[in-house]
Formats: sequence, structure tokens, C-alpha cells
Amino acid sequence: MIIDTTEVQTINSFSTSGFFKEVYGLIWIIPILTLILEITIGVLVIVWLEREISAAIQQRIGPEYAGPLGILQAIADGTKLLLKEDLLPSRGDIRLFSVGPSIAVISVLLSYLVIPFGYRLVLADLGIGVFLWIAISSIAPIGLLMSGYGSNNKYSFSGGLRAAAQSISYEIPLTLCVLSISLRLEIGRNDQVVHPYDSDLDSSTVDIVEAQSKYGFWGWNLWRQPIGFLVFLISSLAECERLPFDLPEAEEELVAGYQTEYSGIKYALFYLASYLNLLVSSLFVTVLYLGGWNFSIPYIPIPELFRINQMAGIFGMTIDIFITLAKAYLFLFISITTRWTLPRMRIDQLLNLGWKFLLPISLGNLLLTTSSQLVSL
Amino acid sequence: MILSVLSSFALVSGLMVVRAKNPVHSVLFFILVFCNTSGLLILLGLDFFAMIFLVVYIGAIAVLFLFVVMMFNIQIAEIHEEVLRYLPVSGIIGLIFWWEMFFILDNETIPLLPTHRNTTSLRYMVYAEKVQSWTNLETLGNLLYTHYFVWFLVSSLILLVAMIGAIVLTMHRTTRVKRQDIFRKNALDSRRIIMKEDGRDLSRREAYIYNEYISFGSPRVSGFETSGGA
Repeated sequence: MIIDTTEVQTINSFSTSGFFKEVYGLIWIIPILTLILEITIGVLVIVWLEREISAAIQQRIGPEYAGPLGILQAIADGTKLLLKEDLLPSRGDIRLFSVGPSIAVISVLLSYLVIPFGYRLVLADLGIGVFLWIAISSIAPIGLLMSGYGSNNKYSFSGGLRAAAQSISYEIPLTLCVLSISLRLEIGRNDQVVHPYDSDLDSSTVDIVEAQSKYGFWGWNLWRQPIGFLVFLISSLAECERLPFDLPEAEEELVAGYQTEYSGIKYALFYLASYLNLLVSSLFVTVLYLGGWNFSIPYIPIPELFRINQMAGIFGMTIDIFITLAKAYLFLFISITTRWTLPRMRIDQLLNLGWKFLLPISLGNLLLTTSSQLVSL
Repeated sequence: MILSVLSSFALVSGLMVVRAKNPVHSVLFFILVFCNTSGLLILLGLDFFAMIFLVVYIGAIAVLFLFVVMMFNIQIAEIHEEVLRYLPVSGIIGLIFWWEMFFILDNETIPLLPTHRNTTSLRYMVYAEKVQSWTNLETLGNLLYTHYFVWFLVSSLILLVAMIGAIVLTMHRTTRVKRQDIFRKNALDSRRIIMKEDGRDLSRREAYIYNEYISFGSPRVSGFETSGGA
């Protein structure tokens, strides 16, 4: 971001020094493009994984025709959708219809900015960190409403309204769980004395992972916030609109909900947004609850053995990325298994679960967290 | 440059809120105003407030507006509506507002304004923030929850009043509404409820067929359909 520093300094403001990066030139495009490439490959892998795992659950063979073991199935799907005819509803709102899927994809893609794959492997180490994901995922319901409204179809419209209602209902328990994690105690870094007003107490994702790094496996936030973990799991499945919260795109109830009138590449964008959302949710589960890039088996000094030069070890960075992705795979597996085992919830059951069950529980979790910190556990 | 882009988009979107014919477009431009304002807040260094704008204004208030506008049959404004009859009163109000803005702002903040006040510009560097700086969250929490906690509690009471109002408006009168208790219905055993014509209860096989009629619509339907989709 190139900003006009004189205009900023006339206003007396407090800000973390890590937030503004003065960019000289287009050098930032390389890490961004690398991340986009990684994410695209990640989506292809998730599509293949979903096919294979669902096949295993249903005791059949998964994709086997497109490439060895069906690895190129996702590319085959993508090519098919790319080459289909792009239908527009004749009396729908064409501009809203076209822009809707883009907003859904944009809001999910922007959330990848704050995910740390390693200590220095994060695109933007913001002070507000995780809160950026929550804020930007609040824009997604607007895209769904636009798609539903612009389709000129009663059932699409109804599906869009339901999807937006579901999205906004499950944002609140999600935010409260993230808040409970951000209220962690002050963990001093190895080379600093802990000040009472240290800027460690922000929502930065790197700091959240660093706070879980001390005792290996036992330092995970999963043990500190078990209720929060369960609530976060359910809420993020509902935010991604995966089964069992699948009603907006249920085929038996609403044809395909807000996605009914879409064909070709716009449908591919919704499809992509769904899997991107799943990937970003699973990466956030790793970062927030499962310890991020830390090699979590305690008392094994493998990272120290391989990190000869702490900051620039390529092998160390690869290990970090690999560990993050392996932990993210756990949540992916759980969500794909859930999709193919649990039945779908009705919309009123879904909204009841969000408002009347998860919200009080996450508030109780927040209360427990704060009271246990008062007792200085 | 980013400042001028964001503020011009915000102004144009604000104008289009008023001028759009379709009310749904109007609300969507309203959302654009908030997005651009959030960007302006980031430029001011208020990162937390920018995110709060996105969460509260766009994620909650604008979605609320969209639900209302989309579901009610609000007529699209006619093209040949006479806008000029509003000109005298609105012109006076607009001029007053414009004059107030020029009175407050001066030449130092916006160099291109043709105002007469030329105070010396106080551009200084805050060295304290380079040594040890607080995040937005910390400053907000420090003020809002310690010194001004009464205002915080009062605002939560106002929101509670709004919530109670919504519940009162939509609460059913529970004596006259027939509801289903699904768990109770599932727990009922059909053998004890249904009696056949000659006074006998249903046998096990008949109860099974009855259950299949209710669940699947016809007896002897085995298996279930998996949900499709790619």
C-alpha cells in the first residue's frame, strides 16, 4: 500500500508499526501470486480429496478416469464449466446477477492475507489479524443476496435470503470464539521482558500461533478452549455452507438455492468460493486452535536440529508449511466426512442452533475465559 | 492518491444512493459508501474501526436494509418525477450545510479549498509512537471499559430495549397457535394410537407399513437418496 505519509502524520494516531508497509515497487506481487497459486492448487486438491473421501465413505471407487487416480478431476470439472454457455436471466437484474459471485469469491480470497504458514510466511502481519477475516467474511452475505435477487426466481431469492440469514447468524459465535482466544495471557518472548502494555495483546495471527508454541502438543489452544473449539468448528461449517448446514443449495428443497440460475464460469465461481472458504476455515482452525506451524510433538528438538540458520532456513520454512497443511487436512477430513454422514438441517433448526444454542455457549465460553484469567490460571 | 480515489468513490456512491431508481441499487451503493469509508479509516490509522465498520455497518445494518428492501414491494421511482419542486427548501439547507463545512475546514487540511483562514500547519512527528505504541484495541479498551464504562452500559441497555421491542412485535400468542412438537410425535408409538375398524389394535406388521406410509409415502421403499452435487 502506497500511502501519503504526510497526511497521516498530521493526525495524532496510535497504530502498530507493523500495519503500514511502505511498498517500493511491485515486488509484493510475487508473494501474492505465489499464495494465489498455492490456494488454487489447494482447491484442486480439496476437490479431489472430497471425491475420494466421499467414495470411501460410500464404499465405491472415486474418480479414476481423469488422470492417474483421478487427480485431474478438478481440472476436468473446471474446464467443463469454463466451456459452458453463460446464461443470463432475461428479466433479472443482469449487473447484480453478474457481480454476486465475484463478491463471494473476493471476500474469501482477501481472508488469505493474514494466514501464517510460517514465522515470516505471512502476507500481512496485521495488528488486527484474525479480525480481518471476520470483517471481510461479513461482506459475503451481500454477494449471496445480490445473486438471489438478480436471478428473477422466487426460489433463488428465497435461497439467497436463507443463505444470508445463515451467514449472519453464525458470524456471532465465530467472533466470540475468536475473541476468547485473543484474550490470552501475556506470553513473554524469549528475549524480552514482559511489559504491562506490550503490543503482544493484539489479534495478530502470528502472535496467536506463537502463544501456542511453548509446550508442544499441550500448548495448543484446543486444550485451553475446548468448548470454543467445538463452537468454532460448527460455526465455520455453517459459514462455509457445507452440510449439515447445506439448505441454501439443497437440491431437494430449493433446487439449488441462490445458485439455480447460474451456469458456466459464474457457477464455477460459487463452487470455487465454497472450497476456498473451506480451505480458509481449516487454515484458521489450525492457526487458532491447533498450534499453527509449530511442530507439536513435545520434547523432540527436530526443529532445532534442522534450523541451522533460524531466519533463512528454506528447509525450516518448508517444514512449517508442511505442518500447517497437515494440520489443516485434519479439519478438512472432518468436514468432508461430516458432509457425507450427517443429514441436512432445516432452516429453522439451523437458525435455532445458531442463535439459541451456540451464541449463549460462546458467551459462556468468553465468561469462563475471562474469569479463569482473573484467577490467573 | 489512494485518499482521493477512496473519497471520490465515496462521494459518487453517496450521490448514487439518492439518485438510483431501484431501491436495491440504492442500498448497494450505500454499502459501497461504507466500504470506501472503511478504507479512509484505514488511511487514518484506525484499523480496528475500519474492521468494525465492515462488521457492523455492512455485515449487520446493510444486510438488514437489504432484507427489508428486497422483501417489500417498494415501487421503483418514476423517471418523470418532478425533482425541481424540492429546490427552494433543499437548496437553503444544502447551502447552510456547505457554509458550515467551509467554516470548519481550513486551508491547511485541504490545500485546494478557497478559504481565507491560513493557519500555520502543524505537521509533527509523533516520536512516542515509534518507541512504544498501543494498538487501537488497547486504547479503545482502556477508555471505554475503565473511564467511560457507564456509557458502555447505557448503550447496551439501549440495544436491549431494541431487542425487547423486536421480540414483543413478533411474539406469538401461545394459546391460540397450534404447534408441533417433533420429538413427541416421533416418540409416539403408532400401535397404541390407531385402532382398526373392528376394534383391534395394529399388529407389528401393520404398524410397520403404517410407519412406511408416513415416512416414505409408500410402503416398501428401501434405501435413501444421497444428496448429489459435485
